[in-house]
Amino acid sequence: MDLNRRPRLATAWLGGCSGCHMSFLDLDERLIDLAAAADICYSPLMDIKEFPEAVDIALVEGAVANEDHLRDLRTIRARSKTLIAFGDCAVTGNVTAMRNLFPLENILEAAYGDPAVVRALSAPPDPVPRLLGRVLRLHDVVEVDWYLPGCPPSADSIFEIITAVLAGKKPPGGRKFGC
Amino acid sequence: MTPQILARAREAEQDRQSRLRDRILCCTVAGCLSSGAGAVRRSLEQEVERQGLGGAVEIAGTGCMGLCGDGPLIRSSKRDLIYSKVAPGHAPAVIAGAHPAMTADHPFYKGQRRLVLANSGRADPERIRDYIAAGGYEALLQAVTRMTPDEIISVIRRSGLRGRGGAGYPAGLKWELVARQKSPVKYVVCNADEGDPGAFMNRSVLEGDPHRVLEGMVIAGRAVGAQQGFIYARGESPLAIERLQTAIGQARNERLCGERIFDTSFNFRIDLRIGAGAYVCGEETALIASIEGGRGQPRPRPPYPPESGLWGAPTLINNVETFANVPAIVANGAEWFSKIGAPASPGTKIFALAGRVARTGLVEVPVGTSLQTIIEDIGGGVPEGYEFKAAQTGGPAGGCIPASALGVPMDYDSLPAIGTMMGSGGLIVMDSSTCMVDIARFFMEFCMEESCGKCVPCRAGTVQMHSILERITRGEGDPRDIARLMELADLLQNTSACGLGIAAPNPVISTLRYFREEYESHIHARRCPAARCRMHGEAAA
Amino acid sequence: MSVHTLEIDGRMVTALEGETILAAAEDAGIFIPKLCAVEGLSAPGACRLCMVEIAGQNKLRAACLTRAAEGMVVRTETSALREQRKLLVELLLAEGNHVCSVCVVNGYCELQSLAAALDVDHVRFTPRYPARTIDLSHERFGLDHNRCILCTRCVRACDEIEGAHTLDVAGRGRTARIITDLAEPWGHSESCTGCGKCVRTCPTGALFLKNKPAAEMKKDSGFIRQIIAARREKIWI
Repeated sequence: MDLNRRPRLATAWLGGCSGCHMSFLDLDERLIDLAAAADICYSPLMDIKEFPEAVDIALVEGAVANEDHLRDLRTIRARSKTLIAFGDCAVTGNVTAMRNLFPLENILEAAYGDPAVVRALSAPPDPVPRLLGRVLRLHDVVEVDWYLPGCPPSADSIFEIITAVLAGKKPPGGRKFGC
Repeated sequence: MTPQILARAREAEQDRQSRLRDRILCCTVAGCLSSGAGAVRRSLEQEVERQGLGGAVEIAGTGCMGLCGDGPLIRSSKRDLIYSKVAPGHAPAVIAGAHPAMTADHPFYKGQRRLVLANSGRADPERIRDYIAAGGYEALLQAVTRMTPDEIISVIRRSGLRGRGGAGYPAGLKWELVARQKSPVKYVVCNADEGDPGAFMNRSVLEGDPHRVLEGMVIAGRAVGAQQGFIYARGESPLAIERLQTAIGQARNERLCGERIFDTSFNFRIDLRIGAGAYVCGEETALIASIEGGRGQPRPRPPYPPESGLWGAPTLINNVETFANVPAIVANGAEWFSKIGAPASPGTKIFALAGRVARTGLVEVPVGTSLQTIIEDIGGGVPEGYEFKAAQTGGPAGGCIPASALGVPMDYDSLPAIGTMMGSGGLIVMDSSTCMVDIARFFMEFCMEESCGKCVPCRAGTVQMHSILERITRGEGDPRDIARLMELADLLQNTSACGLGIAAPNPVISTLRYFREEYESHIHARRCPAARCRMHGEAAA
Repeated sequence: MSVHTLEIDGRMVTALEGETILAAAEDAGIFIPKLCAVEGLSAPGACRLCMVEIAGQNKLRAACLTRAAEGMVVRTETSALREQRKLLVELLLAEGNHVCSVCVVNGYCELQSLAAALDVDHVRFTPRYPARTIDLSHERFGLDHNRCILCTRCVRACDEIEGAHTLDVAGRGRTARIITDLAEPWGHSESCTGCGKCVRTCPTGALFLKNKPAAEMKKDSGFIRQIIAARREKIWI
């Protein structure tokens, strides 16, 4: 590895409300420090389609709710050195996983009413991804290195975990679920 | 009842029985009844009548003769022969003594020593005269009229009798603890809440010789200074309840329990309490809560029941088999008893032998008899064509022992040393078609369903352990699952509030100890070595 | 009244005769995690979070049930105890449907803050997602079984302090649940006095006031101690 190379930081957005990314933006002027310390190479806030190779730190927001999430998460894991479950949906399933209390068909019926739509979504045409029967947490699917709970995690806690991991240190604990 | 009347009743009944040409005793407990003993008994009665043998040949009921897998069992008392697998059509041959029979030196009986089951095959559980004729209530007479409470306790203590409920706590010590309490009200409780899957030792004793248990309880009452006893029986054993009710009524009529026992000032009343079938009610504090009318869940200990039990009064709780040992100990003395069995665990123990073994049923052996002797000699070994794999002892709280440990003496100290326990006496033999992960899952499911839900480790921990085991048997195990199971097992053992949660991981721990490669095969190779589990994605067999 | 001196986590602590290790520790400002014990109510020893090590005893003891004794040496915080407590909290979180972000007591929940204090930043076990119900039949209170951890504080407060015994537990194991009267809707209860002690002492959002924002849902079991003191001293201000 090129020692002079800036660490590559990526953020990804699976089944969540993007609130964690909003909180990321709340880093405000610290974003400038962060940009100096790391190369933000991929993010839903940027216009890059493909998750890149050789990522050092990936923050993944959201739970795994459909087949695209499943595929993307595996790609992210394969291409990232350190994977951080970013926010409650990624860590616990949170609101995204509240549908796990009910069978998927009932959820679709309640949401769309129309049986034709429900049928179509049960075996959807491309490019609509098929929903998983049960929403999963990141660590149900891949190895997760660090967990940052919170709905959303505060900007401070985001900054602290990124700084700690960049410095090769254990991130601070004591973070709460919820807000 | 007075000493003279007891002696006269005994002699009269013995005399009456000796003048019969034969007395044919039909097993009348649940096992043989379910294989048709009722019809056999009726056909014998009809045959006696048809042949006009009315006063000469008597047909009576009796307790469990052990070889339940070959029932219905019948015993001719004059010929001292036991007939197995008797059908109603065999009645004439049985009465004529022409039916193929087993003798007392049959391998099934030879290795046994029947103390608690002494009357089985010999006395009718529904007739108090039968019990008296066999020497019953002699010990009570001694205890009430010729011994002080201290003397009774000293006999029990010196006998070395240990509680037969599973933990093996010295009975004499417990009795002494209760006796020492200064309280005007004390209770004696018989724990008959036998709930291990496949275990029917206590039920058979209650169905087959209820007076023995009553006598033991009344002696205990006299020893500890109690006037009230309760038997906590399971609603699922209606026959045991019926027999107990009959026996209590008979004993009360004869003043052998109730008021002024043997015309002394000693009163001891026995009442039945019927449980609704929660396994946890076999735990003594949960049992107490249930008798009091509360929710059947354990209470914190200490205080232990000998100090504060039923309604806060000092309470002696012993298992059915423990009480059933008492009359013989009082009658024959501590010395006699302490010479039977193992030095640290004298006496006998009844096991319910089940599974892949030639002869299944109830066996009573000296404590310390090796597992090998029980399975090979008494049980006749694993039938040809099958391969021994493991023996499960102690029920859901016990563990699975591999072939290499078959030499273990069955006693309260040796079994825990190899990761299992005596428990109440369940003993299941398993062959190579049994998947050990699946067995662990089965017992964990049992504990999960039977957890009372009070403490977190047991309520939620059994659910997670079960879900991991289920995942493994589905072929969806994760390499980290074994470590997770061990971590949870540790948690349950260290933090659960009562024995159910503390012991719940035992089947997992022992199968991991002796059969770890089966777990690994499920997890890594997605293969069940016993070909029992249907792995994920595999076509239905 | 006699007093015992014992050592907790290396500190000399005094305890009144009959006082538990938990109470003695709290008096001395030593925090032992707990979810079911509440000062003034009987201790069921159900959550098992306050298990501690006592020198010379091979078994762990629940601090809420074990009386402090002279010369006792207690350790409340070892790495093994900490790991156990984390597991217990994870088991609780996996057992119910705990979604902090949408909970009425988000920010005031004892389970939530205990998880943070114990560094439980994720749950290793598979969430069970049990199908549980919500009873909103009472005029002022709600009972959301999804968030219940069966600590039975409500049951004991209702029985031991209010004397109503409206609440109890039914079912066993994973199906155990809090019931009102004979498992009737709370709103139909004739024994409930509407005192709200159950709601105030509930450590999670399982019992809550209806139509109140989360910010007003701060709970505090300390009132039970005050009621007991007021009854004893006969001071009712």
